[in-house]
Amino acid sequence: MSKYNLNNSYKAVVIGGSAGSFQGIVKILAQLPKDFPLPIIMALHRLKHVRNGFVEALSIKSVAQVLEPHDKEPIKKGLIYLAPSNYHLSVELGNHFALSTEEMINNSRPAIDITLGSSAFVYREKLVGILLSGANRDGGLGMKHIKDKGGLTIVQEPTECMIDTMPKAALALTKIDYTLKIDEIIVFLKELDKQYR
Amino acid sequence: MVQDIDIADLKRITELIHTKYGYDFRNYAMSSFKRRMLRILELKNLSVEVMLKKLDEQPAFINEFLDELTVNVTEMFRDPGFWRVMREEIIPGILLNHKQFKIWHAGCSSGEEVFSMAILLSEMGIQKDVTLIATDLDVNILEKAKSGAFPIKNMELNEKNYIRFQGSSESLKKYYREEGGKAVLNKELLENVSFRKHDLVTGEIFNKFDLILCRNVMIYFNQTLQNDVLKKFHESLFKYGYLAIGSKESLIWCDIASKFLVVNNEEKVYKKIKD
Repeated sequence: MSKYNLNNSYKAVVIGGSAGSFQGIVKILAQLPKDFPLPIIMALHRLKHVRNGFVEALSIKSVAQVLEPHDKEPIKKGLIYLAPSNYHLSVELGNHFALSTEEMINNSRPAIDITLGSSAFVYREKLVGILLSGANRDGGLGMKHIKDKGGLTIVQEPTECMIDTMPKAALALTKIDYTLKIDEIIVFLKELDKQYR
Repeated sequence: MVQDIDIADLKRITELIHTKYGYDFRNYAMSSFKRRMLRILELKNLSVEVMLKKLDEQPAFINEFLDELTVNVTEMFRDPGFWRVMREEIIPGILLNHKQFKIWHAGCSSGEEVFSMAILLSEMGIQKDVTLIATDLDVNILEKAKSGAFPIKNMELNEKNYIRFQGSSESLKKYYREEGGKAVLNKELLENVSFRKHDLVTGEIFNKFDLILCRNVMIYFNQTLQNDVLKKFHESLFKYGYLAIGSKESLIWCDIASKFLVVNNEEKVYKKIKD
């Protein structure tokens, strides 16, 4: 029996991370079940003016292709998406992405709050939100939006984070469902995968 | 982003603006349009009801509203690689057939991109042969653009982009002087540039061009509107003219894709190949 209360109604997993999250994300992507039944949408803080290299670094060990979506690109299950540098990434009604160059939020573009908030608006209770290590408060509000719409929320165990400002911001703003270490997040995703088999 | 606004309210706002002022935001992309509305409500400390009333009763409010609604975040030489492609492939390509030509900067915002082009053309020694027309629907931002002056604090980023573009000068400083906290561009750069108000959504086709730049503008439109605007761009281009869109935009999902050829996929430059 799983210790998580899961079902197969989820439509997407969205992940936010900043300083100290890279290793954890690489590990998650490497151990993700093959043909994962949901799209994984990632907003990670990154260098604003370096367009190339990051997606390649994340792809090396990943079980599935990591892509930086174009504006209005349809969202497909089994793919892993990364917010492009210097753009905010939103999910739009109608199952596609939208990009924007609006002002930075929390000094960040991409801003995690925008990706999480727009995903919460579209997927409502059918969304899993995961927030990892990070040095600013971006993502906290986005996690609150996910929780408020009935989605499932997970933050990385603060003691495991290189910098715990980000998960702590989320914990302060809303009641987070699970506080997990990276290895437990991987188990969680495997359990989630089983719901669809 | 603390408060929320529902789709019905967004609809009331766009309908009112359309009926009263003729601007049509009904096919703007939902996610960003919603954020812009929340931002205006927060900045002006208004409720939806009060904002609707203001829009209805105070025509002077509309320009202020448009100025906040449109996204005016831009950089000189944004994506330096794009500007190198312009210098090394696209402009030389146009010059093969035309000694004099016209460029349209659609949705020019505060003008950083059109002045980047003016600098590039001046470095190629052909500035006098090229007419640059820059348009935007936001009259306040057009006034700023016309002044040819930028906040000095933005110049650090602009300079970094220029260095990565590898312009023929050592520094952008050659092209401006500091005056009252502003970087004021040299007058010569403004000579062949004209600014005019034009709304891509409701505006008519007004000229024919050899190159249209519309980067990171259509991302604020939904697919229906993108298709409409691309049709206008197609009609506004001479055959074998070029269209440049943002590096993370694509024509793949657009109706008009078959009438264009990808010239540079990394920087998203297309060539019109069919009428």
